[in-house]
Amino acid sequence: MVVLVTATVYVGSIALASQPAPMDLGDLPLGRHGIHEGMMIVELLMGVYILYVGVRARHFLIVALMLGQGAVMAWLESLAGSGVNAAHALFVDKFSLVMALINGLVGGGICLYALGYMREYHTEAHRDVPDRRPLFFALLFVFMGAMFGLVFADDLTWLFFFWEITTLCSFLLIGYTQTPEARKNALRALVMNLAGGLTFALAIVFFYRNTHSLGLQTLIHSKQAVVLLPAALLCFAGITKAAQCPFSSWLLGAMVAPTPVSALLHSSTMVKAGVYLIIRLAPAISGTTVGLMVALVGGGTFLVGSLAAITTPEAKRVLAYSTVANLGLVVLCGGIGTYAAVWAGILLIIFHAVAKCLLFLCVGVVEHKLHSRNIEDMSGLILYMPRVAVMMLIGMAGMSLAPFGMLISKWAVLRAVVDAYPLLCIFIVFGSTATLFFWVKWMGKLVEVVRPQVRVVKEISLDESIALYGLSLVTFLACLFFPFLSSQFIEPYVTGVYGQSAFLGRGNTIIMVIMMMVVMLFPLSFLSHGRGVKLVDPYLGGANVAGSPGFTGSGGTIENVTMQNYYLGGVLNEIWLSRIAVAGGAALLAVMITFAIL
Amino acid sequence: MNPWLRLIIYLVAAPLVGGLLAGWDRRLSARMQSRRGPPIFQPFYDVLKLWQKQNLAVCFAQNYYIFFFLLLVIFTGGLFFAGSDLLLVIFALTTASIFFVLGAYKASSPFSFIGAERELIQIMAYEPMVLLTAIGMYMVTKTFYVHGIANHSDLLVLALPGVFLGFVFMLEIKFRKSPFDLSSSHHAHQELVRGITTEFSGRTLAMIEVAHWYETVFLLGWVYLFFASSPIFGVAMALVVYVFTVLVDNVFARMKWQVALGSAWVVTAVLGFGNIMVLSFQR
Repeated sequence: MVVLVTATVYVGSIALASQPAPMDLGDLPLGRHGIHEGMMIVELLMGVYILYVGVRARHFLIVALMLGQGAVMAWLESLAGSGVNAAHALFVDKFSLVMALINGLVGGGICLYALGYMREYHTEAHRDVPDRRPLFFALLFVFMGAMFGLVFADDLTWLFFFWEITTLCSFLLIGYTQTPEARKNALRALVMNLAGGLTFALAIVFFYRNTHSLGLQTLIHSKQAVVLLPAALLCFAGITKAAQCPFSSWLLGAMVAPTPVSALLHSSTMVKAGVYLIIRLAPAISGTTVGLMVALVGGGTFLVGSLAAITTPEAKRVLAYSTVANLGLVVLCGGIGTYAAVWAGILLIIFHAVAKCLLFLCVGVVEHKLHSRNIEDMSGLILYMPRVAVMMLIGMAGMSLAPFGMLISKWAVLRAVVDAYPLLCIFIVFGSTATLFFWVKWMGKLVEVVRPQVRVVKEISLDESIALYGLSLVTFLACLFFPFLSSQFIEPYVTGVYGQSAFLGRGNTIIMVIMMMVVMLFPLSFLSHGRGVKLVDPYLGGANVAGSPGFTGSGGTIENVTMQNYYLGGVLNEIWLSRIAVAGGAALLAVMITFAIL
Repeated sequence: MNPWLRLIIYLVAAPLVGGLLAGWDRRLSARMQSRRGPPIFQPFYDVLKLWQKQNLAVCFAQNYYIFFFLLLVIFTGGLFFAGSDLLLVIFALTTASIFFVLGAYKASSPFSFIGAERELIQIMAYEPMVLLTAIGMYMVTKTFYVHGIANHSDLLVLALPGVFLGFVFMLEIKFRKSPFDLSSSHHAHQELVRGITTEFSGRTLAMIEVAHWYETVFLLGWVYLFFASSPIFGVAMALVVYVFTVLVDNVFARMKWQVALGSAWVVTAVLGFGNIMVLSFQR
């Protein structure tokens, strides 16, 4: 069943991507058939359910936020009455196609992977957790479906509808295991996203009051002064959903969920919805104080997230911090909002989605085999789980190594920032070097060979391997064909909005392709394995003990060698970093809203 | 000059110049310590001798990483001297360093491991300033392309004094000279043994040496960019900066990594970013 649905999603998204855009959907009968009423009913039901959750957990902030949302939506109905025009509820352009393609390919891969993963999860790794797999898969698909709706919606009330579905789905998926920790973190995610939902609803009302329209395209093409407040409120909503400072804690808490959920939240849906909205709004806030504040939130989050990722040995936590950081970079691009920045931001979204998804899924496999998600325990993984280790290395290279996706994007971001706000480059120069540190020390752990290891017999199950190989291939191809991606999808969109677009330039493309060739030749060097080389024991400062990574110490005792990565504990501290992030982020957002109101 | 010609000159001449500079470094250091020092061609003799030695390794793969390190360092310098985008040059340099670090991780001895960790810290210390240098040059000349920067009509150093000083500070770290020779010491009798290069021998060690020659020439070429509008002065200043790093190397003892990282970031923030702030307010 799951395979069937995934296949449909694949076919559908690829067929969509090959369509010309922007598509004209004006003649779709969306105004009739009671679609609007149906959505209202679903929305009401969701609202009631969230109220119930809030009351049952005695979490009255949830109740208050939900009631606030309800009141605002009622206000909108009273303003708009039956005059809400849903004729142009949907809108398709190259950017939404890119998002849909990511959602379909990456999300579909995650669903396939989840088949094998969840089987092992319930039968071996976590027998204590009640098996509710049908619900789990249903939620995954609803989540993906909502994401499709979200990227194609033009009517803000529709967008809001799908937005709230993703909030609710993420709440249910984070709380899947129903342990106290999972419940607590799910509630935290719910509160923060509801806060974003409230500002979203307010944005719709203010926008409607100013312009008597509900179209996202109208908002983007209106004069900045008219729509600044709604745009700022929507950016606020985007920042909560994209887990930027001060709201980053919900995404870190979301790791308690099974790995496919983390992968879905981090790569193709949820957080991407947030950055999607901000990138969409970029023309509306470009050059304003609101835009600058959004850029500062993004830049600050990038720096703090990257530094925080250095401090922890837990693989999923490192990935989560890296997600927060990279989304910060995208938000930074959206806040700057020049054509070059938007171009770079979309590139970042694409590369981050595929590489991050691959990494999460690999960590999930490793966690099941090692019963640990500590990076220190992955020492020498290349020996005993070579396939997974190589795929992880591909993902990490895609995230950090020079000619591949993320670094190309960072290069583009840096250029865009220098032209718009040169002072903001301080975040990028410090942040990007910190990201390098934590990725490389992790890669180092994977390749080091301290003691002889027995190879794990069956590394990955069939469903998992389809997803993993597929995603590795997609990562690889995305890196290889990025000029094509740029010219076919990103440049047309950016040109459509700004009248001009950034591009790579022929010379730079050639240089990057040459460099990529050089780096990709690296695996070939293993063909000359060990020719003319004599193997010896490593130098340990004492007599080596044969067959073990130890040496004979001064008193004739055998000392074992252990090596641990640096986490810079004396210099960096996760707790105060997060305090700075919360305080700084909150202050910036306050300034942003104040400016928008004035 | 034709970029291809410059590229070929670089590929052929850089190891010669780099090797001579290394020999000069050893002579100078010896004189500063009241020794005679080896002949100026000693680094070439060393490399030739290393090339003939038996190739020992803890792990086969470690040598491939070093080969690609050398390849990418040459590529980086090639990009620079062919006049391409400075940011790409920096990224290529970073990728090269990553291969070096991964090679040391692969070698899996505690000493090379510590060396690798410290090398990563050194990269983290110098990279922000290097990026800011490129950004500063862009803000003055309006181009990231090396050939455009080199053809700028004014002395860049006049507009970028802070960035220049910061860059010289970073060279000390990049060349792994005292007080920042954290990841690899020149003398194997210290707590590090030889740090990141501990487990490399024979040809592989020779490749690391050659890579350093290429790297030296490329980085001094970057120093030259600050003075590119008067070429002779530029070459002279590049040599002065080189002598200065040697002098500092002999004056200081090694510092802890906390000091290296902290001081480098403070220098970057104050000198580099301060300079860029001034530039952006002048626009």
